[in-house]
Amino acid sequence: MRAVGIILAGGNNQRMRELSNKRAIAAMPVAGSYRSIDFSLSNMTNSGIQKVAVLTQYNSRSLNEHLSSSKWWDFGRKQGGLFVFTPTITVGNNFWFRGTADAIAQNLDFLKKSHEPYVVIASGDCVYKLDYNRVLEYHIEKKADITVVCTEVPQGDDIGRFGVLRMNEDGRITDFEEKPVAASGNTISAGIYVIRRRQLIELIEKAAAEDRYDFVQDILVRYKNLKRIYGYRLDTYWSNISTVEAYYRTNMDFLKPDVRDYFFRQYPDVYSRIEDMPPAKYNPGAAVRNSLVSAGCIINGTVENSVLFKKVFVGENCVIKNSIILNDVYIGDNTYIENCIVESRDTIRANSHHVGEDGIKIVVETNERYVL
Amino acid sequence: MLKKEMIAMLLAGGQGSRLGVLTSKVAKPAVTFGGKYRIIDFPLSNCINSGVDTVGVLTQYQPLRLNTHIGIGIPWDLDRNIGGVSILPPYEKSTDTEWYTGTANAIYQNLTYMEMFNPEYVLILGGDHIYKMDYEVMLDFHKASGAAVSIAVMPVPWEEASRFGVVVADENSRITEFQEKPKEPKSNLASMGIYIFTWSVLREALIANASVPGCDFGKHVIPYCFDKGEKLVAYEYNGYWKDVGTLSSYWEANMELIDIIPEFNLYEEFWKIYTSSEIIPPQYIAEDAKIEKSIIGDGTEIYGEVRSSVIGAGVTIKPGAVVRDSIIMKGTVIGENAVIDRAIIAENVTVGDAVVMGIGEEVPNRFKPGVYAGGLVTIGENSVIPSDVKIGKNTAISGITGPEDYPEGILESGESIIKDGDVV
Repeated sequence: MRAVGIILAGGNNQRMRELSNKRAIAAMPVAGSYRSIDFSLSNMTNSGIQKVAVLTQYNSRSLNEHLSSSKWWDFGRKQGGLFVFTPTITVGNNFWFRGTADAIAQNLDFLKKSHEPYVVIASGDCVYKLDYNRVLEYHIEKKADITVVCTEVPQGDDIGRFGVLRMNEDGRITDFEEKPVAASGNTISAGIYVIRRRQLIELIEKAAAEDRYDFVQDILVRYKNLKRIYGYRLDTYWSNISTVEAYYRTNMDFLKPDVRDYFFRQYPDVYSRIEDMPPAKYNPGAAVRNSLVSAGCIINGTVENSVLFKKVFVGENCVIKNSIILNDVYIGDNTYIENCIVESRDTIRANSHHVGEDGIKIVVETNERYVL
Repeated sequence: MLKKEMIAMLLAGGQGSRLGVLTSKVAKPAVTFGGKYRIIDFPLSNCINSGVDTVGVLTQYQPLRLNTHIGIGIPWDLDRNIGGVSILPPYEKSTDTEWYTGTANAIYQNLTYMEMFNPEYVLILGGDHIYKMDYEVMLDFHKASGAAVSIAVMPVPWEEASRFGVVVADENSRITEFQEKPKEPKSNLASMGIYIFTWSVLREALIANASVPGCDFGKHVIPYCFDKGEKLVAYEYNGYWKDVGTLSSYWEANMELIDIIPEFNLYEEFWKIYTSSEIIPPQYIAEDAKIEKSIIGDGTEIYGEVRSSVIGAGVTIKPGAVVRDSIIMKGTVIGENAVIDRAIIAENVTVGDAVVMGIGEEVPNRFKPGVYAGGLVTIGENSVIPSDVKIGKNTAISGITGPEDYPEGILESGESIIKDGDVV
C-alpha cells in the first residue's frame, strides 16, 4: 500500500478508572486473546502498510512490552517496520506530547523520511476491521485533502465523548463538533484519517508554529471549510473501548455469534503477541456456559456469560457471572463474582464475594499467591 | 569462523506407519498432540530451553506440514543469525544420490552441515516422543564422564524390558553390553534414542560406516563405537517420557494430559513448550454446552457435550453432539447430535450430523490388526463422514466418504474405508 501508518496510543482517560492505573488504553486486553492496539495494527498489516509508527506517552511501558517484537504483526522487515515513539528530550524540544498534533510534530522526521505518498492515522483504542485501501480509494476519488472514517452510533449519552459530524450529499464534512455537550446527530468520527503525507507535514508544521497541539480541534475543525474534508462511512462493527462501560460492552459483544464469526473466523485475521499458553483445561466440577475462555485457563467451577482472558485459574465451587477476568488471575475456591472486571494478575482469596451492585465493579486485589 | 559447542540433529523423516491413517499425509513428528502442539514441538522446545540454538531437522517422508510448521523457527526462538533451525531434506548429488536409508545414513549425508559449525558435540534426537529434558545436563554428564558417546536411558519395569533395546552399565555408568529386545534382560535401562556424540568420534564412525546399507545408529554406529573400544556411557533419565508411536500409546499420552494434576504438566512456567500458533482467538463455550475433564484448544466453539477428551484449535462441536474419550484435531467439525466414543479424528475432518462412532463389539481390524487396535476409531485428515452413519470399533477411515460406502449405514467393527488410492 502506498501509505505509512501512525497509531495514536498516547492518551489517558479517567473514564477507565483503575484499569488505566497500570497501562495505556491501547494496551487494554480485549476479547480474551488480544490487546486493543492489535486491531489497528492488524488492519495496517492486512492493508499492506509496511511501516507503522505508534505514538505513546501515558504508561507507555505496558505498550512497549506488548510491542517488544514486531514479528507478530509481520512488521519485522528491512523495508519499513514498527516504530514506537515516546516523548524524548532533544535540543529543540523538552516537552511531553502536548496533544495528538504535537505528538506527530515531535516525530515529523518519521514522515519526512518516508517516501509513501499517503498517511493512515488510526487510534489504538478501537475494535474494528477495516481495509484502509478502501478508504484511500475513496479519498482519491473524492479528491479530498483529509478523509475521516465515520460511523453511526446509537443516540445516547455516550455520544458526547466523540467528534460528531455532518456531511453533505457528496460526503464532504460540513460540521464537526468535538465532544459536544448536546450532539446534533449520531454520526461520529472513528478516529481514523487518511491524508496525503506532504499535506499532513504542512498542516502539522503550521499548527506547531502557532502553538496548536490537537489534531482534531486545531486541524480538522479549524480547516473544515478551507480544506476538502470528507467522511468515509464504516458500516461494519466498530467500538471504542475507552470507558469502563464501553470496555465491558465491547468484550461482551464477542459472546454474540456474528461478532465472533466476523473477528475470529472471517478473513483477515487479527494478530497478537504469542504467549505460548497451553490449551484451556476443564477439570471435574467445571460448568461453563455462554463464555469465552482463553488459552492457559484452568477451570474447576462455574462460569456464565463471562470472558476469561489468558491463564485464569478458577477454583472449586466458584461462581463467575457476567464478568470479565483479565490475564493471569487466580481465583480461590468458593468465590462468587458477578458484574465485575477483575484486574490482571490479581490473586483473589478463597471464599471472596465481589458483586457489582449498580454498574461494573473493578476488582483489584493483589494478595500473595502460592505458586506451584 | 563459526563455532557452536553442541548442535542438534533431529531425525524427523520417518512415516510412523503404526499411526495408520494419521500419518498417511504427514510425517509423524508433524502429527498434532495435546490440543495445540505437534509432536516435534517437544524436542524443539527442549533444544532451545537447553540452550541448543542450532538444530538440523532431517526430513524425508511427507515434509510439507513439517516445513510450514517450522518455517524459520520463530516460535522456538530458533530464528538466528548464526545457527538456528535448518531443514535438511535428502538432495541430489553428482554421484551416488540416494534417499536417507537409515538414521545414521541421514546424518552422514549432512556431514557438511555439521562441519560448518565446528561443534565439539553433536546431539542426535528423534521426533516422536513426548518429554521435557535438559540436554545441557546430559552434556555436562557426557563431559564429566569423559565419554565418546552418551546414550540417554530410562528405567522401565523389568517385565517390559524385553520390549526395548536395553543397555547394561557398570557402577560408573559405563556401558558393558547391549541387548536388543532380550528374552532375559540383564538390565531394565531402555535406550531412548537420544545420543550425545563427541564430534570427532561421530564423524569418524559415520565415514567408516558410509557404505553400510541402511546405516542405523542402534544397529551399526553405536555397535561400531562399542567394538572399537570407545567409552560409551548411559545417562539415566527419570522424568516423563512417552513414546507415541502407536495409536494406543498416542491416545493414552493425550488422555494423560486431562488428569487433574497430569504427570506431564504443560501448565508450569518453567520449561515451556512452544509451537506455531496459527489460531489465537479464545474458545467459545455455548449456553447448552457441557465440558468435563478435557482440554480444549484456541478458537474452538463448543455447543455440545465434551467429556474426557482432547480437542484441538479451531474445532466446532455442534449442538447435541457428544464427544467422549476422544482426540479431535485442528479445524474438524462434529455435526449435530453426533456421538463420538474413543475416536482419534485428524485435522479438518467433517463429521456429519447424527454420526455414531465406536459402537458394537471389539473385533480385530481385518486390514491392519496391529495398527487399528485398542477399540479406537481412527479418521485421517480432510476426511468426510456422511450424516447418519454408524461406525464400529477398531476401524479406520481416510478420504471423502459418502453414504454408499456404508452398507446399511454401518461400518462394522474391524472394517476400514481408505479412499483416494491411499495405501496406509
